[in-house]
Amino acid sequence: MPINITMPALSPTMEEGTLAKWLVKPGDEVNSGDVIAEIETDKATMEVEAVDEGTVAQILVDEGTEGVQVNAVIAVLAEEGEDAGDIKMSDTPKATTKAEKAPEEPATEASNGAGGSDGGAAKKSEGKVASTPVKLQGVGEGDDRIKASPLARRIAALKGIDLSSLKGSGPHGRIVKKDVEGAQPGQGANAPSGAPASPDGLILPQVLDDRVYDPDSYELKPLDGMRKTVARRLTESFMQVPHFPLTVDIELDHLLAARSGINKAAPEGVKVSVNDMLIKASAMALLEVPECNASYTDKGIAYHKSAHVSVAVAVDGGLITPVIFSAGKKGLHQISDEMKDLAARARDRKLKPQEYMGGTFSLSNLGMFGIKNFASIINPPEGMIMSVGTGEKRPVAREDGTLGIATVMSVTLTCDHRVIGGAEGAKWLQAFKRYVETPEAMLL
Amino acid sequence: MADFDLIVIGSGPGGYVAAIRASQLGMKTAVVEKESLGGVCLNWGCIPTKALLRSAEVLHLAKTAEAYGLKKLEPEVDLPAVVKRSRDVAKQLSGGVKHLMKKNKITVIEGTARLEKATPAPKVIVEDASGKHTTHIAKHVILATGARARAIPQAGLEPDGDLIWTYREAMVPKELPKRLLVIGSGAIGIEFASFYNELGSDVTVVEMVDRILPVEDADISDMARKQFEKQGIAIHTKAQVKGLKKGKGKVTADIEAGGKTEKGEFDKVILAVGIVGNVEDMGLDKLGVKVEKTHVVVDGFGRTGVQGLYAIGDLTGPPWLAHKASHEGVICVEGIAGSNKTHPFDASNVPGCTYSHPQVASVGLTEAKAKEEGRKVKVGKFPFIGNGKAIALGAAEGMVKTIFDAETGELLGAHMIGAEVTELIQGYVIAREGELTEAELMETIFPHPTLSEMMHESVLDAYGRALHM
Repeated sequence: MPINITMPALSPTMEEGTLAKWLVKPGDEVNSGDVIAEIETDKATMEVEAVDEGTVAQILVDEGTEGVQVNAVIAVLAEEGEDAGDIKMSDTPKATTKAEKAPEEPATEASNGAGGSDGGAAKKSEGKVASTPVKLQGVGEGDDRIKASPLARRIAALKGIDLSSLKGSGPHGRIVKKDVEGAQPGQGANAPSGAPASPDGLILPQVLDDRVYDPDSYELKPLDGMRKTVARRLTESFMQVPHFPLTVDIELDHLLAARSGINKAAPEGVKVSVNDMLIKASAMALLEVPECNASYTDKGIAYHKSAHVSVAVAVDGGLITPVIFSAGKKGLHQISDEMKDLAARARDRKLKPQEYMGGTFSLSNLGMFGIKNFASIINPPEGMIMSVGTGEKRPVAREDGTLGIATVMSVTLTCDHRVIGGAEGAKWLQAFKRYVETPEAMLL
Repeated sequence: MADFDLIVIGSGPGGYVAAIRASQLGMKTAVVEKESLGGVCLNWGCIPTKALLRSAEVLHLAKTAEAYGLKKLEPEVDLPAVVKRSRDVAKQLSGGVKHLMKKNKITVIEGTARLEKATPAPKVIVEDASGKHTTHIAKHVILATGARARAIPQAGLEPDGDLIWTYREAMVPKELPKRLLVIGSGAIGIEFASFYNELGSDVTVVEMVDRILPVEDADISDMARKQFEKQGIAIHTKAQVKGLKKGKGKVTADIEAGGKTEKGEFDKVILAVGIVGNVEDMGLDKLGVKVEKTHVVVDGFGRTGVQGLYAIGDLTGPPWLAHKASHEGVICVEGIAGSNKTHPFDASNVPGCTYSHPQVASVGLTEAKAKEEGRKVKVGKFPFIGNGKAIALGAAEGMVKTIFDAETGELLGAHMIGAEVTELIQGYVIAREGELTEAELMETIFPHPTLSEMMHESVLDAYGRALHM
């Protein structure tokens, strides 16, 4: 069976490109990984690697051809045992340029509802040519819909298989019964040869090349559901959300003093942490600067009316963000109790989805590890995440020109620039800083 | 230099459909046909028998006109006219295929083909009616030579064109046999039994296994038997015809059942004991084509293992159905064209239809087969008597049976008997192809009043929710 080599999508939005140069000619043998051509887009020149091995039977698009549509067949490989000369068939679909319409049928494995250029095409493989074009499910599929038959969905649910980890073999990439039947819970299945599976649903096929990393030289631990979700969501966020960080130093001495007073006055067994107070302070700041309590959507910016603070909790094998809902309206006692309960159950992986979804802002604290400053990746669809560094004694220059010592922490606020501008972010940080440095304000 | 991208040998529903698909994909295509375009299906199978059975149906309606409030009719059968209508229908459709070949620029080569070893595909040597040989070279060759009725000479079951018929003679009777023996109760045997019985022959059916229509669900076989027996057909199951003795204008048959042998005298015998593939005289052995039990062995894309040579349809084995052949033809050609969207042939979703009175149609697993596979099943049954349209039609005998996997809700099989079920079965075929579960079928709105409502009810019944029962 001859193998079609198709025009790869070098970027999520690429629809066509220029075939700049062929590095092989008919009759050449190619091995998987060989660079066979160079493709140009308006942004970059990329090398195209062969995924399958075989003999180049026919080159269908000449060097220098512009406007070659993604997924058009650009060359045909003969497999071992096939006579390359035999394959020059009149029926081999020709590559098309923009002026022509793509041929109606086989071999073009057309765009499969990639949703055009609105980020939907993000699932295309990058810089790789696959005999069956690599289609990765899940990420940015326009409407995020996984195409699967009702029966496949039913079986997946029964077996505990994540459909987003599977590649569909049905029409238009639809996941059908046989795709699910072969799959094991918590793992991808039925990866076609030549197209690496993408169990994590990332943009790029993530594989370790056996020629570079001997499989015996590392231990492969299968991805569990949490790891996959973390990988998928953070990749999605980091690639799709325009991040920018804002850093500020905040003095903690007042807050620490207040905390110690509060804990002295608190009933037996209640011990409010600095983090509990930061949760409260950030929620108060969100209510004060509502333009920062926002989510970007295609239809408009959603301004949340309550401040629900997601708190990053490291758990064995991943990360999860339980939410303190309406944290601005809760007292520190309650926040402290809820946080203890949520964190404990998070570590046991006992949280219900409604307990870790629905936040409007995230807080991540690595202060206990002595981290001075860091910038987190936004937790979509939230508009901001704050990274809290360690509180440490630092020399500070007072306004009167003298040098003093204060307990200072650096916090970095990462913002989704589609929703929040630098000025808004700064305004929110000022409010937050005021609540922390003057904790009495939280009582107002 | 090749003359064609593809040569298809045989122009039945497998061959001509493959040729059209190839032409659509831009291949230069030819078909070789030794008889009439359209093959057995159009000329000697599906279509002409449906024309005959339609005559039988009209006759039945005329005979029962009183039941519909019309004055009693006494219709007479004009057998030559019935046969002529059937032949005219076949001719019209064969002409239609000729037109399709022309429209798709497919070269039709008349004659008998033989293959010789060559690359990239075997050479095709065609001998025409005058004995002239021509050689044609193609890059790909598809065998679609079909099948023919099986004979069992050891048991005297060998057609002679006079007293012992195959489907072919049975389709063009010169006169109505008074006493007819049908050996074999598959779709072909049962259709002829139904036809001749309606026209007035005394029909006896002999079947080797314990029920008629053995590939159907046992409930369907049972109900069919009851209805046929009510119509006057004599049915012997677990029975065998041990010998046929030809006399002058009659045949004596030894019918063995339950250890006893009975003699029966018949005017004609129809052999319907299966099908053998047309694998002979093409040079397949020299090419190294693997043939098992008269059928060419192929993979899911029709590849024979010999470079450039493919096979589809009846030639490759059961189910011996036109639509299976057409589907394989399309898959095979798309595979040749290098499509990576085409899926290999899957026999589990080929519907089967028998156009007797009553009709029978099915797809997927029978209840017994599903249980044999170790499935936990939910079974729904709905009788025609519970359906308004069936009663209005005066066709209140029949059943729709559905079998679901209790765990996944997969529609494992659907089996129907009664009026127009051959037109209904496609609904379940689509459901299976689309992998719908009971939930989608339950949510589907079926139009009222139609027979199709029973398809809904049967699904509901499998889950204890039937509304009109």
